[in-house]
Amino acid sequence: MTGSLQQAPGPFFGDFGGRFVPEALMAALDELTDAYDKARIDPPFTQELDRLAREYTGRPSIVTEVPRFARHAGGATVYLKREDLNHTGSHKINNVLGQALLTKRIGKSRVIAETGAGQHGVATATAAALMDLECVIYMGEEDTERQALNVARMRLLGAEVVPVTTGTRTLRDAINEAFRDWVANVETTNYVFGTAAGPHPFPAMVRDFQRIISVEARAQMLALGGLPDAVLACVGGGSNAIGSFDAFLDDDGVRLIGCEAAGDGVETDRHAATLTGGRAGVLHGSRSYILQDAEGQTLPSHSISAGLDYPGVGPQHSWLAEIGRAEYWPVTDAEAMEAFRLLSRTEGILPAIETAHALAGALRLGQELGPDATILVTLSGRGDKDVEQAARWFDMLPGQDA
Amino acid sequence: MSALSDRFDAIEAEGRAALVCYLPVGFPDVETSIRAMQAMVEAGADIVEIGPPYSDPVLDGPVIQLAVAQALERGVRMADTFAAVRAVREAGAEPVVMSYFNPMLQHGLDAFARDVQQAGGSGVITPDLTPDAGADWVDAARAVDLDTIFLVAPSTTRERMHLTAEASRGFVYATPLMGVTGERAQVGDAAERVVAEVREAGAERVCVGVGVSTREHAAQIARFADGVIVGTALVRALGEAPDPESGIAAVRERVTQLAAGVREGR
Ligand SMILES: Cc1ncc(COP(=O)(O)O)c(C=O)c1O
Repeated sequence: MTGSLQQAPGPFFGDFGGRFVPEALMAALDELTDAYDKARIDPPFTQELDRLAREYTGRPSIVTEVPRFARHAGGATVYLKREDLNHTGSHKINNVLGQALLTKRIGKSRVIAETGAGQHGVATATAAALMDLECVIYMGEEDTERQALNVARMRLLGAEVVPVTTGTRTLRDAINEAFRDWVANVETTNYVFGTAAGPHPFPAMVRDFQRIISVEARAQMLALGGLPDAVLACVGGGSNAIGSFDAFLDDDGVRLIGCEAAGDGVETDRHAATLTGGRAGVLHGSRSYILQDAEGQTLPSHSISAGLDYPGVGPQHSWLAEIGRAEYWPVTDAEAMEAFRLLSRTEGILPAIETAHALAGALRLGQELGPDATILVTLSGRGDKDVEQAARWFDMLPGQDA
Repeated sequence: MSALSDRFDAIEAEGRAALVCYLPVGFPDVETSIRAMQAMVEAGADIVEIGPPYSDPVLDGPVIQLAVAQALERGVRMADTFAAVRAVREAGAEPVVMSYFNPMLQHGLDAFARDVQQAGGSGVITPDLTPDAGADWVDAARAVDLDTIFLVAPSTTRERMHLTAEASRGFVYATPLMGVTGERAQVGDAAERVVAEVREAGAERVCVGVGVSTREHAAQIARFADGVIVGTALVRALGEAPDPESGIAAVRERVTQLAAGVREGR
């Protein structure tokens, strides 16, 4: 398999990745790496994960053609890979079930996680309930406000939700706080990391657990008549995107496009478009692109979408951008919300606001390529959690004059 | 050899442990932080650990998090750290910088090593960089004879104790408990074990920090370690005071107590 870009093992992807963490965590990360290396080729583990995917998550997820939406995308053929139909409503469950099973294997009884939109927190709380693990979720205070429904879901599932009040009160601060918890409690606790970033083994391991998206989608597209011209996914830390790209990495004719949150615009200081507006550095345990000032202080990010509001990105994306295998497009709040509205009105599917960034990318690409193009978009999550925020954006709440 | 090992030899000859005191640069403002560092030296600090603020301090508890956030809000820059290093050197103590990795990386590792050394610094402590991830940094520091100080924790394996002892110069920083910086009622039980293990792995000098705040703690640690590191208690003393003058006085008083502590242990 020399020359294949698929399932790159880490710790480094080109110059990106690695493990830049306090010594106190090194033993736990070594243990996790070792446990994962054994588990991934151990039939009892892989069979149990497959069974859960089938019988709990509801995999394989379907592919839906969306012709009414596609009219706005230059008349291209557009398919959605429906991760929104997974149990708990997003792709996050794919990764969480893998890491929760691994937690059991290494004999730990408590899991912690960070969450932005709350989808990873909900998925982790769900797996913890299923597998009888104590569960604490760190969430930036601003995100607990804009994703209040998910806070209630996590609590109903038996998890403790800790609002993080330091710094920018968003995902980045939640990760800092989760690391602090982990340093103190590493003996009993496993950190279920929510995206394909962080120190090794997380970027490669999370990618492997999310890879099922592209493995299924590639076979589904072939059955529908052939590989797509492009695969699009939104990029927060990059887990649904890398999972959507991996099985297509060696298909040179398939463009891979990650859609980053451009907030008010990349020309402003209110965005989260890390690969468009950032520089290489070290944040949260790995070397990758980050939004930072000249002295290496992380800059505050902004996005309407809590799940994309992060000033870093997974290291494999930095590498794919550098070698030119993937493109990363900035998508503003306004463009994303217009795509949200369109998909809802034309197809009866409410996407997550995160996902709407990928849909906006598909509209742009379709208009560029025209009716002969076939575009596959990963619909990473459903929009139930975003109903209030979207209704406010469109002035549809009672008391707002619509 | 290194500037720090000469200083440790001299302190050992006095039959005591070294006192290492931390403050972040720029809290509550640059001038006060530097004057507080000078006061620490006058009150008996042998080594001053100078902390350039960083936006994502994952190994720090709430007291230091809030202090560095305030310093950053007020616009502290890396140049202020080099100024603090110069001031501590002039005051007669060994300046050591304690920095998270990304600010070092963005400054340029070679430039950072050179700038710390030219300001009179003896070494750099790297809380989120381990020797296996830090080969480039070790090369940059060696090139200008700057000490590289890495950490060990109760969770550190034997193999990693060796790796860390081998890559460290000046001293090894041992944390007696698992957790972030902050005051604790007790020094963790693991302190003595961690120190013994890293010595066995070849470390010549070992200082103990994280969770250390009182004269009694200092005396207790001085029995088995080469140095006692105190941070949060000093930051809190500076931060709780109603004005800079009384903050500096409170820091001076704390350090005087701790300096007595490191002389009581043996
Ligand atoms: C539905 C959905 N899509 C995408 C993301 C972004 O994460 P990632 O880039 O890891 O896929 C999130 C994160 O919360 C999410 O909830």
